[in-house]
Amino acid sequence: MSKGNLQQYWKTNLRYLVILLAIWFLVSYGCGILFAEQLNSIRLGGFKLGFWFAQQGAMYVFVLLIIIYVRLMNSLDRKYGVREE
Amino acid sequence: MSVQTWTFLLVGITFALYIGIAIWSRAGSTKEFYVAGGGVHPVANGMATAADWMSAASFISMAGLISFLGYDGSVYLMGWTGGYVLLALLLAPYLRKFGKFTVPDFIGERYYSQTARIVAVICALFVSFTYVAGQMRGVGIVFSRFLEVPINLGVVIGMAIVFIYAVLGGMKGITYTQVAQYCVLIFAFMVPAIFISIQMTGNPVPQFGFGAALNDGSGTFLLDKLDGLNRELGFAQYTTGTKPLIDIFCITAALMIGTAGLPHVIVRFFTVPKVRDARSSAGWALFFIALLYTTAPAVAAFARTNMIQTVSNAKFADLPAWVNNWKDTGLIELEDKNQDGIVQYVADKETNEFVPDRDIMVLANPEIANLPNWVIALVAAGGLAAALSTAAGLLLVISSAISHDLLKNAINPNISERGELLAARIAAAVAVVFAGLLGIYPPGFVAQVVAFAFGLAASSFFPAIILGIFDKRTNMQGAIAGMIVGILFTALYIIYFKFINPEANNAENWFLGISPEGIGTIGMVVNMVVTILVSRLTPAPPENIQDLVEDIRIPSGAGKAVAH
Repeated sequence: MSKGNLQQYWKTNLRYLVILLAIWFLVSYGCGILFAEQLNSIRLGGFKLGFWFAQQGAMYVFVLLIIIYVRLMNSLDRKYGVREE
Repeated sequence: MSVQTWTFLLVGITFALYIGIAIWSRAGSTKEFYVAGGGVHPVANGMATAADWMSAASFISMAGLISFLGYDGSVYLMGWTGGYVLLALLLAPYLRKFGKFTVPDFIGERYYSQTARIVAVICALFVSFTYVAGQMRGVGIVFSRFLEVPINLGVVIGMAIVFIYAVLGGMKGITYTQVAQYCVLIFAFMVPAIFISIQMTGNPVPQFGFGAALNDGSGTFLLDKLDGLNRELGFAQYTTGTKPLIDIFCITAALMIGTAGLPHVIVRFFTVPKVRDARSSAGWALFFIALLYTTAPAVAAFARTNMIQTVSNAKFADLPAWVNNWKDTGLIELEDKNQDGIVQYVADKETNEFVPDRDIMVLANPEIANLPNWVIALVAAGGLAAALSTAAGLLLVISSAISHDLLKNAINPNISERGELLAARIAAAVAVVFAGLLGIYPPGFVAQVVAFAFGLAASSFFPAIILGIFDKRTNMQGAIAGMIVGILFTALYIIYFKFINPEANNAENWFLGISPEGIGTIGMVVNMVVTILVSRLTPAPPENIQDLVEDIRIPSGAGKAVAH
């Protein structure tokens, strides 16, 4: 792969990382910790929302984030022809 | 059948299974011994990683801990799962592409320095030994409580089992036993949780039952009921926190980053065939872990509600049998202080008459909920599976640090393949015996130190690995300075507040109000800043290292894990 292509691949990868990690930060540190108290005034069935994020929701989102990352990277690998066979 | 017969039966069957797998998957080469030949399926590796990761503490203590901490216990839930996102996105694929055997391998090669390698080996050994001692102790405790053998005999039996499959099979044997152990432990954790969820809320999914209404006819939500009970007895409300925000933030971050920096977790991603397998394997690992971790807070809430309703204001004479059974093991303290014949379970220590140990929330949970005997026995088999799988994973890191990083790469590079394999087996055997001794004669500080291993891993390994991948300019000088400053800062802060001046260990004296548990986060930031600054002030790394960094950033051509 040419130098320019490699840089493009790497840049796209970094962009994915920034977006996914921003969500990672938002659901755990944001909804689960920093804004938990405010969110607690909203209810999700028997849960207060901030408490739910801290003890359930953040973990579901973590699993989802990795699934999305794997899909994005697999198609990026194919697009730039760097997929291992 | 009695609980004890069931326990002997289930523990016996699972142990026979582990040994059978060990004999079937013997390691024939160093590559099989260190990284299972690099041929483990990503789903199997995900399960093995989950079992490796979830220790006796996750299985036995965590739900109990949350039960008493309420919202503040969330730091463990988010902290011990969120790190896998960092692992999947920032570490696993690149380290798999790098394709050697150990974490010190990467540090030593990326920073072209024997000193960096040795610093990494020492950090790896220190973190792993503190951890493994706790696991062996856990094995002994499960044996003594459920099978009524002395703790020390329990430790010796546990040592013998781990010895067989770790020394024979290396990573290959460990990986496939861990897959079996994951199945045992998750089954053992879920069955009582589902039973209790149905009993209390009528919903078979504990994650949903957690937020459902109680089925006692009142229509009150479980969590509202629990908040009310806690308030009545003078405890803090269950669903809101009492710790300062900044401390919750820093502890969560230290646990997350520490998870991503622990050598026995990282090394698991060297065992899959391809870079994309390393990515998906981290996803599978987190999925299998989240199954237990999203159930644990539900168990915590069920168990606490159940316990308060059973014990609070009950007559001493009418207490159920489990209270006295666990009182005999010393895990429940019970005293009728005001001699009125009624149990007062309240927050005020002066008048409180009931002191449960947090571990009984999982261990006694099936008894509290009146579940059948085989479920109680299952919990014992699950606790053992959790402790043994983690111990084995740690022992492998210790043995490879000694035989591969020290012997092969630092002392005698000309050692033959067979010589290195023999050395790895001897190192594993010695480590098993040493860990067993730590379990039999636990130094008083082990329990305290285990919790800090995360902070130490966060402040030493994590920045060196991340910057090694994402910043080409980071050089030997920067990485070594960063690791040493980071780990020293964190270790000294912990040692000062825990051992030198424990009276001063309170929020008023802490740096920015951050407790020793959370200080690893600051240590990590300090490490990063030092690494980047020193790297910019000293010469750039040589051309071939910059090429190496370019190379690990793209997946194609990962090949097999190559020997040096």
